[in-house]
Amino acid sequence: MDKWFGQVHANRRVDLSVSSGTVHGIVGENGAGKTTLMNILYGFYRADRGQILIGGKPVGFRHSGDAIAAGIGMIHQHFMLVETFTVVENVMLGAEGSPLLGPAGRWARRKLAELEGEFGLQVPMDVPVGELPVGQQQRVEILKALYRGADILILDEPTSVLSPREVEGLFRILRTLAGRGKTVILITHKLAEIMAATDRVAVMRRGAVVARRRTADTTVSEIAELMVGRQIRPASRGVPVEPGRSLLDVDRVTVRDSAGVARVHDVSFSVRAGEIMGIAGVAGNGQSELLEALAGLRPVATGRILVDGEPAVSGSRDRRRRGVAHVPEDRRRSGLVMPFRACESAILGYHHDPRYGRGLRLDWPAVAGDTRARMEAFDVRPANPQRRTAELSGGNQQKLMLAREVERATKVLLVGQPTRGVDLGGVDFIHDRIRSLRDAGKAILLVSANLDEILDLSDRVMVMAGGRIMGEVPAGRAAEPDLGLLMGGVRGSDVPDRAP
Amino acid sequence: MSVTAPDPVSGLPRWSVLGLLPGLNLLAAFAACGLIVLLAGEDPWQAVQVLVGGAFGSGEAVGYTLFYATSFIFTGLAVAVAFQCGLFNIGGEGQALIGGLGVALVCLHLDVLPFLLLLPVAIAAAALFGAAWAFVPAVLQARRGSHIVITTIMFNFIATSIMVYLLVNVMSPAGSMQPETRAFAEHARLPYVHEVAGALGWEIPSSPLNVSLVLALLCCAGAWLFVWHTRAGYRTRVVGASPAAAVFGGISPGTQVLVAMTLSGALAGCMSLNELMGVQHRLVLEFTGGFGFVGIAVALMGRGHPAGIVPAAVLFGALYQGGAELAFEIPAITRDMVVIMQGLVILFAGALEYMFVPALRPFLVRRAVD
Repeated sequence: MDKWFGQVHANRRVDLSVSSGTVHGIVGENGAGKTTLMNILYGFYRADRGQILIGGKPVGFRHSGDAIAAGIGMIHQHFMLVETFTVVENVMLGAEGSPLLGPAGRWARRKLAELEGEFGLQVPMDVPVGELPVGQQQRVEILKALYRGADILILDEPTSVLSPREVEGLFRILRTLAGRGKTVILITHKLAEIMAATDRVAVMRRGAVVARRRTADTTVSEIAELMVGRQIRPASRGVPVEPGRSLLDVDRVTVRDSAGVARVHDVSFSVRAGEIMGIAGVAGNGQSELLEALAGLRPVATGRILVDGEPAVSGSRDRRRRGVAHVPEDRRRSGLVMPFRACESAILGYHHDPRYGRGLRLDWPAVAGDTRARMEAFDVRPANPQRRTAELSGGNQQKLMLAREVERATKVLLVGQPTRGVDLGGVDFIHDRIRSLRDAGKAILLVSANLDEILDLSDRVMVMAGGRIMGEVPAGRAAEPDLGLLMGGVRGSDVPDRAP
Repeated sequence: MSVTAPDPVSGLPRWSVLGLLPGLNLLAAFAACGLIVLLAGEDPWQAVQVLVGGAFGSGEAVGYTLFYATSFIFTGLAVAVAFQCGLFNIGGEGQALIGGLGVALVCLHLDVLPFLLLLPVAIAAAALFGAAWAFVPAVLQARRGSHIVITTIMFNFIATSIMVYLLVNVMSPAGSMQPETRAFAEHARLPYVHEVAGALGWEIPSSPLNVSLVLALLCCAGAWLFVWHTRAGYRTRVVGASPAAAVFGGISPGTQVLVAMTLSGALAGCMSLNELMGVQHRLVLEFTGGFGFVGIAVALMGRGHPAGIVPAAVLFGALYQGGAELAFEIPAITRDMVVIMQGLVILFAGALEYMFVPALRPFLVRRAVD
């Protein structure tokens, strides 16, 4: 199969065959052509050359409806769910099969119960989807596809929003699906997932399938090399410098959400100059709320936050004045403005900086020049400040945000999920930048759902569960099983020789 | 996980979004209008000739068209500025009415001032009264979360009622049964363009077109500078595009709502200068004539940009002027049918803005991003 977008040859003679009842992985860096391939399979695009055969019969998809009818189901990275509808309502949406909702609902409920039983996909049926944890929302997406009779399930980066425990759950589900004769195609750029979940794997690079392997016959490092076409150097922890004075002190801080429920309970710690403090924990255990409170975006109910010894007040402008920069967890929602040009996103929060124009006026040539320099320094491709933010790939968006914040972190950098949805090369680059900021004597607080990342980067690791700090582990000695216990809410005193 | 709707025109070339699509929408609207003319048993081609001739066929016709366009520029800009902040200001009508009250108060009670002093005071009054009328819904939205669409609609009704009360009970001269004020003094009127041109030795046909057109064009330039070249405009656009990003960037969405609505109300208020100081020369009932609402269509068709709003305003001005001519020349086409045609243009240009995008996309898109 071939697909061109103008001059860009997005898929080059892609040959792929997937046998039923298996989990088939497709790996590749961002821009390797995985998503294009899947969009062709799902009928969003038409291939310029080549064909698709299902069960030996050639099929031609004009739109995604054809693909659904042919038994293909797609689970997108960002869910397509109506948050205020219940699970049943979401599953039957668009496939009610009857103009009256009563009988349609009863029928859907029965079918859903069958599916849940058959594939071990337990989800409460009458809860609004928005109230479910992310892992369960993903199950609803899978149920939606199965409900429409999908035999082939395509999952695009399904784990990027899941906690480690939810990932395990997902992989169990994928196994069950394959065991019952469904075909699963898993698109990802995380190698550990390929090894853990797939039977076979195809590696894509620059639009072409460069290798096919049986997962059992290959290794992580082989796939990694195939993906990037070069040897990957092992993650270097760097030489930890002697930490200096404390730049960020958190003193008995409690944070409540808008409903008044405490999400962070009485948390105290400090981060010193020249160290990276990692906060590990299963997603939804108060890390996000803590990060937002530290960044001034959420009011602190009780307790104090001190930056370099001085108490901070609410509001992100206060933090920026004090030399605290923040790379938020969700770049699409808050870190960048998607419809804006890159240079407009690149001044968000620093639009008062006199270098961007005097008085009331914004000097766009100056802004664009400054943005271009930042884009080049952080290897954002293409380094075009006039390009729409949304048209940059996820990794480049992330680098753009870092380009904006890192230089401004004169004392503290708060960083959440720095490499979510970023390809391997980008991850290395971003990690290097965070380390060199640490080496320059800044205090860095890192929140990430990716445990490997926390262990790779941090000098100290703190574990949160249920909004409380469960314990602290020096990174050099941190072992995943112990962290697992702490993340599961087992107190630090239960692992005495690991706690400080 | 929330899903953001993709921009329907993303990836399309700029010229097609700004030129081709509005043009096609307009053609479709005219085709639908042609069907209505056929149903009325008349010749569509003749109707087009009357319409275009009525709007642009003579100097007088052009004057009328531009006179209407002046009002549409003000109300269109008002909607566009609020929209940059993510607000749908439906209250242009009421804000223009109250702006008119400000103009009338100045022209009736401060007419001891010479014209050159009176004019800036009257402009300030129009803007200030309009802004004040928009400020109340803005505060309710910013501080209490009352939806701006609902409150501005209700404020339209309140404004109408206030004006009726004032004109019937307070402001009409003693002994008059007319719900209108006395006429403004000669020097409290805006010069007509044909008067100005005549004074410069250039004879053009007389029409209600007056110098407030100059103010409207200045407002276009001002709105463009504000939205795209000032820090306050940047803050406004961030709030409009993503409130969460605004909070992250240390921008208070509430404050920007107040700023954007105040400016929006001021622009809508200035529409009354054209109508009252320009033509009526007194405060009358319902002088806004629904122009506040048409401003929404003008802003949509102009894609919220002053460079688009001016041609859109001229188009709607032409529809008003040419439509009036049409109803007059071809009796089978009634005024109501002209209103239907104007509605069709609004429907195709506004509500069905992206109707042709899916069909056109394969011809326009040469590259896409993986």
